[in-house]
Amino acid sequence: MPVPKDFETLEHTADTGIIAYGKDLKQAFANAARGLFSLIAELESVNEVLERDIEVTAADRDSLLVAWLNELIYIFDTENILFKRFDITRLSQHHLVARGYGERVVRARHKLKTGVKAATYHMLAVEQEYGWRLQVLFDI
Amino acid sequence: MPDIHWGYGFPIGGVAATRVSDGVVSPGGVGFDINCGTRLLRTDLTEAEVRPKIDKLLDELYTSIPSGLGSSGKIIVSQKELKEVMTRGSQWALEKGFGQADDIEATEESGCLKGADPDMVSAHARKRGIPQLGTLGSGNHFLEVEAVDEIYNREAAAAMGVYEVGQVLALIHTGSRGFGHQVCTDYLKVLAEAVQKYGINLPDRQLACAPVDSAEGRNYLAAMACAANFAWANRQFIAHWTRESFSRVFGKSSQEMGMRQVYDVAHNIAKIEEHRIGGRKETLCVHRKGATRAFPPGHPDVPAMYRKIGQPVIIPGDMGRYSYVAVGTETAMEQTFGSTCHGAGRMMSRGAAKRSLKGADIARQLAEKGITVKTCSLSGLAEEASAAYKDVADVVEVTHRAGISCNVFKSRPIGVIKG
Repeated sequence: MPVPKDFETLEHTADTGIIAYGKDLKQAFANAARGLFSLIAELESVNEVLERDIEVTAADRDSLLVAWLNELIYIFDTENILFKRFDITRLSQHHLVARGYGERVVRARHKLKTGVKAATYHMLAVEQEYGWRLQVLFDI
Repeated sequence: MPDIHWGYGFPIGGVAATRVSDGVVSPGGVGFDINCGTRLLRTDLTEAEVRPKIDKLLDELYTSIPSGLGSSGKIIVSQKELKEVMTRGSQWALEKGFGQADDIEATEESGCLKGADPDMVSAHARKRGIPQLGTLGSGNHFLEVEAVDEIYNREAAAAMGVYEVGQVLALIHTGSRGFGHQVCTDYLKVLAEAVQKYGINLPDRQLACAPVDSAEGRNYLAAMACAANFAWANRQFIAHWTRESFSRVFGKSSQEMGMRQVYDVAHNIAKIEEHRIGGRKETLCVHRKGATRAFPPGHPDVPAMYRKIGQPVIIPGDMGRYSYVAVGTETAMEQTFGSTCHGAGRMMSRGAAKRSLKGADIARQLAEKGITVKTCSLSGLAEEASAAYKDVADVVEVTHRAGISCNVFKSRPIGVIKG
């Protein structure tokens, strides 16, 4: 069965989540990250003019997903980088190495949408069913 | 609390009190926006004086207070100064020339929560916090210029410097920004490990916790206090710029306009407090997430000027309706660990609000009601529209009739800055 889409948003009373898909876990993690940035800004307006290496470690695979997204939120807050594409080069239960492509925020040109405070563990899901399906709720 | 709504882990609008001797502390019971709270300033100005200049006033406020996603502050602190912010909160900001001395007494914990230990705060949190000090933020954070609409308790209102309908107020709603978010993120990770260490079984990892009386629990509370103090300094800066903006527009000093702080109170925090349980005095860790402290008349933690009427509670509604100020009661001490509601409470998801409401229409509808809005995000405006929230009048009717806080006055917005 083909993977239906890269990601979709998940409605929640106070906050918003994403469901990301991938034929393998690397692709699903990359799509979850793109889903996160699609909440923050209109990705069409973002160019790939810089690249940045990102590495995270965590106690288990579920925590790794939360840690990965929280690291990206941290990079956005401290370096103002909007990412639109990711290559996950290494991914194990506890360790992720990736390269993100995007650009720094230009307030006049980029359409910013929502601030994201953090990825939460609430309703977190990492499931394999045909491909992979990841579900994360953000505090926004 | 009647403004309760679904959150992640703990609900928003909840109070969880645990015994310090054998209970747990949970960052999820406080939330990511540590010491998100409100600060209310009163003025001698009237609506009739302010309305003709509201556009100019909002322009001034919008220019002097950094707001919106990705904005950075005008205050640049060094790592050493950040330590002062973390340990001394509002008091440090005051010493640096922001605000007036009587602001401190009119702030919960005098704007400085004890027990803050900067060594318990990660480098990530510091780096994320520095550029965001002195910013309003985005989402549901705002600054409102309001007019008093109805007074229910003249004696309590007078103690707060509120005497007549039409009197102008300024209300600030913001928190500890990325600094607090990162402290919460960091400690959820630490406490996820503590849960295994102490053999605690949880239905949801977002509820991660540790015994209050453990290294992990104490470290979280010490870091949380740093974030709480960051938030109090943040509101101290913003209140100062609010006064400056009013001064520039009305050509008077803030003293001449009587711009005194009514109160500043947190609605996302955990506090160590004494409460009576079954006739016995107990030391508790009271988590308030979307709930406001509401201490009664006579309580030693209520500032002297309010000791007769009880601690002021500021309850913001959505931007299209009204906000309330109430006072704490003895009933709250008996029934809700000295707590009451914090606001309107969301009813509609952000996505649903955006689909059914357009930011430009909301701005027009608000203008028809005599409310001017300035924002850098029209879609953000739709997410925060009245229809997305419960009517705060219903919420405070419940808290008032239940006796956990007593309504003092109602105000309505005339101008709003949305982050």
